[in-house]
Amino acid sequence: MKRPGRMPVSVALACLAALVIIGVAAFAPLLAPYDPTNLKSFNLIDAELPPRFSADGDPRFILGTDNQGRDLFSTMLYGARVSIAIGGGAVLVASTIGVLLGLLAGYLGGWVDALIMRVGDVILSLPTILLALLVAGIARVLFPAASGAEWAPVILIAAIAIHEWVQYARTVRAATMVESERDYVRAVKVIGLPAHRIMLRHILPNVMGPVLVIATINLAAAVLTEATLSFLGVGMPPTYPSLGTLIRIGNEFVFSGIWWIALFPALLLVVLVLAVNVVGDWLRDRFNPKLRGR
Amino acid sequence: MRMMSGWTKAVALGCTTALATLLASAASAQTLRWSAPTDIATLDPYAHTESFTTSMLHHVFDPLVRRSRKLELEPALATSWKLTAPDTWRFELRKGVKFHNGNAFTADDVVASITRLLDPGARARGNLSTVESATKVDDFTVDIKTKGPYPLLLNDLAGIYIMDKEWMEQTGSLKPGNIATGVTTAASTNAIGTGPFKVESYKPDIGTNLVVNPDWWDKPEHNLKRIEFKPVKSDATRVAALLSGELDMIAPAPLQDLARIGSASGFKVIEEPSLRLIFLGLNHRPELKATPGQKNPMLDVKVRQAMWHAIDLDTIQKRVMRGKSRNTATLVAPPVPGFSAENDKLVAYDPELSKKLLTEAGFPNGFKTNFNCSNDRYINDEQICVAIAAMWSKVGIQADLKTESRATYFPRMDKGEFDVYIIGWATLPPMDGFSVLSALLTEPKDAFGGSNPMGYVNAQIEKLTRDSAVELDEPKRRAMLAEAMKIAKDTVAYIPLHTQPVAWAVRSGVEVPQFPDEYVRLWFAQVK
Amino acid sequence: MIRVVLERLAQAVLVLLAVSAVSFAMFRYVGDPVAAMSREGASLQEKAELRQSLGLDRPVLVQYGAFLQRTLKGDWGISYRNQQPVTKLLADRLPATLELVLMATLLSLSLGIPLGVVCALRPDGIVARLIQAVSLIGISTPTFVTGIVLILVFAVTLGWLPSFGRGPTVDLGWWTTGLLTLGGLKALVLPAITLALYQLTLIMRLVRSELIDVLSTDYIRFAKARGLPSRYIHYRLALRNALMPVITVTGLQVGSLIAFAIVTETVFQWPGMGLLFIQAVSFADVPVMAAYLLFVGLIFVIINSVVDLLYAVVDPRLRVRAG
Repeated sequence: MKRPGRMPVSVALACLAALVIIGVAAFAPLLAPYDPTNLKSFNLIDAELPPRFSADGDPRFILGTDNQGRDLFSTMLYGARVSIAIGGGAVLVASTIGVLLGLLAGYLGGWVDALIMRVGDVILSLPTILLALLVAGIARVLFPAASGAEWAPVILIAAIAIHEWVQYARTVRAATMVESERDYVRAVKVIGLPAHRIMLRHILPNVMGPVLVIATINLAAAVLTEATLSFLGVGMPPTYPSLGTLIRIGNEFVFSGIWWIALFPALLLVVLVLAVNVVGDWLRDRFNPKLRGR
Repeated sequence: MRMMSGWTKAVALGCTTALATLLASAASAQTLRWSAPTDIATLDPYAHTESFTTSMLHHVFDPLVRRSRKLELEPALATSWKLTAPDTWRFELRKGVKFHNGNAFTADDVVASITRLLDPGARARGNLSTVESATKVDDFTVDIKTKGPYPLLLNDLAGIYIMDKEWMEQTGSLKPGNIATGVTTAASTNAIGTGPFKVESYKPDIGTNLVVNPDWWDKPEHNLKRIEFKPVKSDATRVAALLSGELDMIAPAPLQDLARIGSASGFKVIEEPSLRLIFLGLNHRPELKATPGQKNPMLDVKVRQAMWHAIDLDTIQKRVMRGKSRNTATLVAPPVPGFSAENDKLVAYDPELSKKLLTEAGFPNGFKTNFNCSNDRYINDEQICVAIAAMWSKVGIQADLKTESRATYFPRMDKGEFDVYIIGWATLPPMDGFSVLSALLTEPKDAFGGSNPMGYVNAQIEKLTRDSAVELDEPKRRAMLAEAMKIAKDTVAYIPLHTQPVAWAVRSGVEVPQFPDEYVRLWFAQVK
Repeated sequence: MIRVVLERLAQAVLVLLAVSAVSFAMFRYVGDPVAAMSREGASLQEKAELRQSLGLDRPVLVQYGAFLQRTLKGDWGISYRNQQPVTKLLADRLPATLELVLMATLLSLSLGIPLGVVCALRPDGIVARLIQAVSLIGISTPTFVTGIVLILVFAVTLGWLPSFGRGPTVDLGWWTTGLLTLGGLKALVLPAITLALYQLTLIMRLVRSELIDVLSTDYIRFAKARGLPSRYIHYRLALRNALMPVITVTGLQVGSLIAFAIVTETVFQWPGMGLLFIQAVSFADVPVMAAYLLFVGLIFVIINSVVDLLYAVVDPRLRVRAG
């Protein structure tokens, strides 16, 4: 058995890879050679040029261009940015809501607890992908703007977060119930501090560990769900593509010998998710030795 | 134990059937398996207005007159016709024709069919909007009365299929269905016609199988026993299925794959220019949806010209359409009455001129507009729109592009929710420029302006349209159509882009004629 | 005991009521039935009449009651897009999805269990590490990417297997099966592999951790101390004990596999319920969306309840877990 504190090489590498991809995506506007969201910057005449290293590649485009003449490398950086922003946004929203509801349920108990947990049960009784498709689908029926670049990310975040918050709520609720029985919390209660201060100041810090672990693992899942929704055509529009949208577009060209439009975004997506998953697995093992290896 | 024997039985039955299926499929070499991206909307010919569904149902039903191999009108269920008054046509019907259920075809069927189509609930009633009534003269003679003289009646009738009156009475489907309102009848899922093929099975999204009708009244020009149709939405999957031998034909074949399919051994690509013209619709109302409260810049003809000059059609033709489209500047394709070479002279791609025109109109920095497109209706529609949005951005026109599925796109277009939008028109079924004038260029009123949701009005075109509708002198009528088209071009009513190609791919040994109206007519197919 | 059963059933009913309420809300408010059903250019008068004839002027709770009644009778409305009763559409598609899910489950069990055993017996061995690494890549690859790659290799390049659809099927009364024809079986291979990969990793990891747990229990140690052969210990004693939760989880996963088949069915144009649903989403076909939701919710609840109740019967320790 390895000592729990040391980070294995594979995890360190994964951590590095994840940080590099997230960093590069975050600074895409500074790093990308072209701005694919600016319609002025690309030219249809350059469409479908193969990557630079292949026989008839164009030196201007490292990984070639997509079917609209956008530099694929830049488009991928921006796409990763969109994917990570939506995945991260979903995790943030889900964890915030989940933690707050979990605190409330655990601390107050009674009907509040019962209500929150029953709603959670109902939501968990439906698969993530189904719920996300429903939310995205309904949003499109109700507001036509939902498929546009401004609203699609919001809808996607909501679609993913609606399922994920339950996990946080359940974990935090259990931890809160344990914590609120502790002597120090009882002591604070006796002093007469208001409930919200007890929850936020004294209980919350003690339940953050497991929340972070769940958040890491959920980030990978959220990025995958976003990609899946975009691939199925209810995600980001082609003018503002995420990695999933790029793969969807590229898929139409795979059999025509224009393989790069789908391949590179798919690779980037897999590497990103894999790296986050490796880190998440390791964190889970560290924080929760009982679960090791699951 | 009992359960076991039940199972054994089921398996035995299954195996026998499976064996039978295998043997059957080995024996029926003259089966044509093909695929298109969309499915048939319904089997009820009057419940829809989709040209793809119309083309599929033509295998099962016959009209009174039909298009020949050269797309000329020729007798079908009617053998001859004559005008008995300027507004009355008398049709002599074919004798000895039987419906698929064995019932005889008579004048009663024609009257019942036309009455059913003219019902206010019929989605397709617009396809025969000038007909007032049909009356039986005797068992094989029918009079059709139009609202005033109408030169295009035969063109219209070529798209009107005749159903069996007795069958409709038995099944309670004398009233039409309508896919827009969700009204269904027995005819929505069953089709009894007189056509060359019978429907064997119809499973939405999974497939439709047709078998040959041995009692067809006409001499078959095909050698098929069976047609298996499977809708496959994804272009890539359709191509893969053709190349791996699961299909004999795909229509359409994606343009980006034509080169690859053509060079693969055992396959060939067939193509032909289509009648379908792709163009952009523009908002001619006082305000743009994108900028409510402000005056619509597109009201100025200079702005509309600027938008036109900013589109590099050549590059779209080369890149997006892979050289297969035909760029145009008018609203009808060359073979269609109303076309003139003069109107078709292309508008030059000239971004400098475009900027100059915008400046003259008072928009030196361009303006903002919404731009909506379907992404599954026309060939590479989404790509065309992204390309145009990019081209416009270079002269300062900021188009906010949104693309969506045809299912939600067209209802929104009809409600007039767009500023700039893509639309295609093939002048079907009549194949006449009048259909462009009456649907797209006239004010929405009674039978006119059905597809002009954004308020284009021009008094001269209104007059030309109404006059040409009753003009029985053909050269004069064509001149009127062309004149109206010229006005439409000069005032930039729409921005024409190109006629799209009909491109199909088949395995060698399959001979299928193609038609510019994009119809699949497998009663002309030969399979080896 | 009876209390546990009743509680579980009450919870199941509650979940079903909630799901049906969502489904009703979609039906009633998302796709405005009046707009969808009245003819174009209908007057306000006509619309009001239609509203009345559809019962839309009654209180919402009464309408919901009527909706529940219809649903229980099997009347789930008419698809806007296909013009057919939704119940019939779902019934037509059900066999395709269930056969796919069944094959995927069998495949993932038959691969997942041996791989999990290998990883558990030598957790630090090179093979185990390799399997673990590959499995991580497996769960990090989106299903649709796997599907596309499989089509590209086995259908387009090699031409061994079909790229789409179910192949020839055989009608057995109300069930159509693709399992009885060679073409049908061949068509099943690629989609089943694609869907199975999603579950394979889960099963493998579960087998591994359960087996490791069991191997460290006293009774296995005792068996070892008695000098029983290690094959007997590993496979007869330990694995058997470890498999119980594995089978349970696999059962529980059937519901989410049905939902997850949406992606696989889209890639392979597999004519199942998932493809029906995704097409309903892109065509805004609300009755089909609502019905699918209700149907999958029902399957989920049934499976979960049955598994929970069985557990409560079999293993008294778990009765506490009800909450």
